[in-house]
Amino acid sequence: MIEINHITKRYGENYAVRDVSFTVNPGEIVGFLGRNGAGKTTTMNIITGYISSTSGTVTIDGYDVLKDPIEVKRRIGYLPELPPLYMDMTVWDYLNFSADLKHLPRKNRGQHIGDICGLVRIGDIRKRLIKNLSKGYKQRVGLAQALIGNPQVLILDEPTVGLDPRQIIEIRNLIRDLGKSHTLILSSHILQEVSYVCERVVIINKGRLVAQDQLNNLLQGVNENRILVARVAGSERAAASIIKNIAGVVSVSGQGSYEPETVDLEITVAPGNDVRRAISTQLVKAGYPLLMFKPMDATLEDIFLRLTDGKDGM
Amino acid sequence: MAAIFRRELQAYFLSPIGYAFMGFFLMVAGLFFTVSNLFAGSASFVTTLSNMSFIFMLLVPILTMRLMAEDRKSKTDQMLLTAPVSVTSVVMGKYLAALAMFAITLAVTFIYPFILSRYGTLPVAEMVGGYLGFFLLGASFISVGLFMSTLSENQVTAAASTFAVLLAIYLMDVVTPYLNQPWLVTVLQWFSAYSRFEGFATGVLALSPVLYYLSFTGVFLFLSIRAVEKRRWSEG
Repeated sequence: MIEINHITKRYGENYAVRDVSFTVNPGEIVGFLGRNGAGKTTTMNIITGYISSTSGTVTIDGYDVLKDPIEVKRRIGYLPELPPLYMDMTVWDYLNFSADLKHLPRKNRGQHIGDICGLVRIGDIRKRLIKNLSKGYKQRVGLAQALIGNPQVLILDEPTVGLDPRQIIEIRNLIRDLGKSHTLILSSHILQEVSYVCERVVIINKGRLVAQDQLNNLLQGVNENRILVARVAGSERAAASIIKNIAGVVSVSGQGSYEPETVDLEITVAPGNDVRRAISTQLVKAGYPLLMFKPMDATLEDIFLRLTDGKDGM
Repeated sequence: MAAIFRRELQAYFLSPIGYAFMGFFLMVAGLFFTVSNLFAGSASFVTTLSNMSFIFMLLVPILTMRLMAEDRKSKTDQMLLTAPVSVTSVVMGKYLAALAMFAITLAVTFIYPFILSRYGTLPVAEMVGGYLGFFLLGASFISVGLFMSTLSENQVTAAASTFAVLLAIYLMDVVTPYLNQPWLVTVLQWFSAYSRFEGFATGVLALSPVLYYLSFTGVFLFLSIRAVEKRRWSEG
């Protein structure tokens, strides 16, 4: 279990992280979101003991990162934003060095490293020098390094950066599998990835925590007014006037025509109302057949933009 | 510590640095041996070691510049400092690797006293003392280089600053005889690293110069550990 209590990191007058608290339960995969410079990497560096916080505490399984750094680090596998690779080493030697650092017994070590190479699919390049590898392979070697010693907690900072689409899918699936047996914090710029892999998200903005909840709860919170899109055969004005009169409909606006003699309408519905039956019945009754009906729920992008000012940035 | 020691020692031989250090050191040693021993007909290799002690100024910066600076620049320090090893182990592992590199190179020069022993009488006590002093002098200067490497993430800056400090230590002995402030002379002599070596070179093995070099090394190793720790706590 990871407990982060009121951590603050100050650089002179500036706060990189300010009073951030959250907890990650055993076996949970938490997505860590924020714009560039929001404080994600600083927070991850504090959790892993690479840098210290100005105030606040981080404990892992009850061990404080400042008081018992060795015990904490024994439990963590960390893949930083830039994989910490020694370019002059072969993949195998590098992973063996990582195993040395983590005090892994020599017995069965070869088998363990081999299994991890298989897991992240670098078995065929194990004898190659790291400096000669592609960016995608380097990223995988960095991930393999984090997995050495099978630590309980994995902290992955942008693990799919630099990978091609196929590799991204592979690594995403791997992270999801790892989440079944590890406590995992995943920072990512790719919101689709976070929503695919994570059960819960923590969002920070300008060093402060702005949201932390189950993904579903966050999405529900944003979907205060539900939006439906309907494609109707007929004129926009007539169809809109019928829909507007239905109880629970807040507004109707035309979205243009995508098929001949039809119109798409965006219908905003007040919370707690299900107007779908009423809309379809009344439109058909008035001679305007309903050709399509789909909900437009808010996505993680919407939540993210809303909580982080919605400007530039990802 | 052993893992970092092995990695660093291996790294010397995976880059030109190790070969450059060894090659240049042995070339100078060979040159001085030829001139001071063979041409001059002298059996004292310690004098040769003493004559070539200036070499530390040129070679220690090469040996130590990458020790900490490279890890900072390539961010591999994130791997070391988030692994279950202490900062002391990281710093000591790196220091001992540089020291081992120096020791291996110095061991190759044993061939010269061996050659001399075949053709004359070798002053053994003087030889052992000379080698010990030379090793301790090098060990002290390597700790300076390591400390300078913790202060920068640029290897060239680390090398240049190490050279500057070692030059200052060298010049201290050069200017001391010309000073007319007795207190200043006393202070500079007390701190002088090179003058301590002269005792070893005469075959006298006293405890105080050994303690001096060990303390000198200890202080710079401590400063190196503190410099790494301080950066983790940095708020600047």
